[in-house]
Amino acid sequence: MGKLGRLLGCLGLCTLALMGGVMHQQVSAETVLRVAMTAGDVPMTIGQPDQGFEGYRFVGYNLYDSLILWDLSRADVVADLRPGLATSWTVDPADPHRWIIALRKGVKFHDGCDFTAADVVWNFERVTNEKAPQFHPKQFALIRDRTNNMEKVEALDDYTIALTTRQVDSLLPYQLSYWFMISRCKLESLKYDYAAYQQHPSGTGPYKFAKVIPQERLELVKNLDYWDTKRIPKHDRLVLIPMPEATTRAAALLSNQVDFVEAPLPDTIPKLKSAGMQIVTNGYPHNWAYQFNFVDGAFKDIRIRKAANLALNRADMKELLRGYMIESYATLLPSMSYYGEPSFKITYDPKQATALLKEAGCYPCKITFAISTSGSGQMQPLPMNELVKAQLEAVGFKVKLDVMDWNALLDLVRPGRTKAPEIDAINVSRSMQDPFSALFRHVYSKQHAPAGANWGHYSNPAVDALIEEIYATFDPQVQLAKLTKLHEMMTDDAVMLWVAHDVNPRALHPRVQGFVQAQSWFQDVTPIRIAD
Amino acid sequence: MTAYIVRRVLYAIPIALGVSIVCFTLIYLAPGNPLQTLLPENASAETIDMIKKAYGLDKPIPLQYLTWLSRAIMGDLGISIASGRKVSEEIAKALSNTMILATGAIGLSFSLAFILGVTAGYLNGSWADRVVTGIAVVGVSVPNYWLGMLLIICFAVELQLLPAAGMGPQGSSTFNVLNPQHMRHVLLPVVTLSMIPMGIIARTTRAAVAETLNQDFVQTLRAKGLKARTVAVHVIKNALPQILAVMGLQFGYLLGGSILVETVFTWPGTGFLLNKAILTRDIPVLQGVTLMLATFFVVTNLLVDLLQTAVNPRMQRH
Repeated sequence: MGKLGRLLGCLGLCTLALMGGVMHQQVSAETVLRVAMTAGDVPMTIGQPDQGFEGYRFVGYNLYDSLILWDLSRADVVADLRPGLATSWTVDPADPHRWIIALRKGVKFHDGCDFTAADVVWNFERVTNEKAPQFHPKQFALIRDRTNNMEKVEALDDYTIALTTRQVDSLLPYQLSYWFMISRCKLESLKYDYAAYQQHPSGTGPYKFAKVIPQERLELVKNLDYWDTKRIPKHDRLVLIPMPEATTRAAALLSNQVDFVEAPLPDTIPKLKSAGMQIVTNGYPHNWAYQFNFVDGAFKDIRIRKAANLALNRADMKELLRGYMIESYATLLPSMSYYGEPSFKITYDPKQATALLKEAGCYPCKITFAISTSGSGQMQPLPMNELVKAQLEAVGFKVKLDVMDWNALLDLVRPGRTKAPEIDAINVSRSMQDPFSALFRHVYSKQHAPAGANWGHYSNPAVDALIEEIYATFDPQVQLAKLTKLHEMMTDDAVMLWVAHDVNPRALHPRVQGFVQAQSWFQDVTPIRIAD
Repeated sequence: MTAYIVRRVLYAIPIALGVSIVCFTLIYLAPGNPLQTLLPENASAETIDMIKKAYGLDKPIPLQYLTWLSRAIMGDLGISIASGRKVSEEIAKALSNTMILATGAIGLSFSLAFILGVTAGYLNGSWADRVVTGIAVVGVSVPNYWLGMLLIICFAVELQLLPAAGMGPQGSSTFNVLNPQHMRHVLLPVVTLSMIPMGIIARTTRAAVAETLNQDFVQTLRAKGLKARTVAVHVIKNALPQILAVMGLQFGYLLGGSILVETVFTWPGTGFLLNKAILTRDIPVLQGVTLMLATFFVVTNLLVDLLQTAVNPRMQRH
């Protein structure tokens, strides 16, 4: 055989090896759901996850439970609270600072230990008391915004606790939904070594930990003993794969490497659809908007805030995103129960916008927006901001975009407008998962940055008084009416430049069945079946 | 020779130190900080102080640097603020993954570039020279993240021959270079990663060989009646120091990992790690990776210098 023959033979063998690889099918009875996440790393498994709400979505609510959970079983209503490790919660009639919480009986951690009131007290110390051996500074930081109004937790008996707040807080149940209970038994047996615990976490959730490869994958297996039998996973194993590049996620789905892809780019969706993939979307409490600077620049004047809102043709934005957004005319999603009927009806009215600018004596009206190139919930910030700029300039604004990376933008956002008074508005997407996140933090004067998320230092005594009333209102119907009034006031005062609500597209392989996309940042993957 | 090596090693220490100081300073000059990803928006001043103290960020920057350096000398690169894992472990793991890609890319690009460059140098001005130059220019010019995506679309999505991402069905924990199933994951990133070094080295090799061929000693060798193969050996030996210098640099680049290629292929190497650390301003990881990369370049340059000296003792630097 000559050299050429040997070369051809070698090439042939290589080809056969490749083909063999392609045709190789792992024969296994185990059903596996492989999820490509947008995160750059596996979320922390030691309790409160990092990686934003994606960490909560896939690790937090799967490995662990909170006292109160979210009802993620329906697609047609915005998700709200439901019992979790707590079966009921009521405020003490004698003291509105004190909540009596009944715990679920018969719940076991994955390591076999019973869940009792002592575990709740121990977990409270874990995220609040720096002298406790179970304290972890990053866990403390990650949950601090939810626990800072909690003063103490006491065990009244094995299955009842009393939680005392520093200030009266009718919205406490929402804060409890973010706080996960980890196993005291497990951490004590590991001598409080969180590095070891990260490799052997133990919760009460619908999945048990199987293995983790940092940066690459986290594998969970179904918990057959889960207390909520309806939510015992319909597949055997859940594999979570960080895959930050959107094009790669789509390619991984198309090449059968994953089954479930988070946030495919709108441009890739036609290709995914043509390959038979399912695209699921739904509105959820997300708000792509600009927060104004109410102290230093042009947006002090309500006429200019209204002009900006009237200048935008949100239908164009929807076209830019191939339809994958909901046009936003207020802070809340229209399907949320406290949306109300604001009197400021926003339409696309460039003439009125120009007239308002002229009336306010700001024509052309120079403004500067701080924006990011990417970031959590930011959708496609560069083309979206370019479109907003073009539309605002068409009515008489002169817009300067101050572009920075996500971390740099957060560095500007956290201290508030005082750090950069030349910035007239910031483009930071926000969660509206609960009334505090959706409304209070943007307009309450006690939330002026750096103390809170009221970046532009909006102040309105009537709004402050209403928020304080809501905190002290425990009747759900009365509270709902007051929340509705607050949202109407915020809209009428044009407190933001509203643009879009994301619809959170996900792409699923045809064999993925039974997924219901809730109107929430969180999702329940336990009902998913993997068809043959 | 021993004194020369010792002197070169001693030169390397201040270079690595200087790089680490510059990087440490640049990280602090850049807007943003690692606490942004840790702290809630309504964190009180008390909370911020506590977290700063917990991660040693409350101390003056020069003191932070000295503390880090003293630990780094002992092999302790600290704990990642973002992941809570040991930086040395994160780097070691990422580096071993990058080495897999780098080794493949070095083998492919260096051998291909050498063959193409020598051929073009010998056939200077011919159509073959023009083809090789064209290939080299394309290799250098094509953005590798674009090429990576193109290869994924072609071989993973359309032809379904090769996987799009990752290190295999079970990740790096079970990756085995002898397993063809696992090696299928390597092919596309290696080809992508090879293109730029292939282009650069091919052009350098071509220029070095063509220049050497024009030197008088080649005419003399031919006039003495030496065989073409013997003349070629002399030509390549004389061109080699220049080629080695460029190969050394590319070697360092490849071992440092590629942020773009590793992100596109979700390859958990040093580039992927560095990208994540930059986005989260994870200072311990940034410092650790930077120190490692600087050390690589310094060591690679040192080895190249030694190799050049071995090939041509006249090049010894005093």
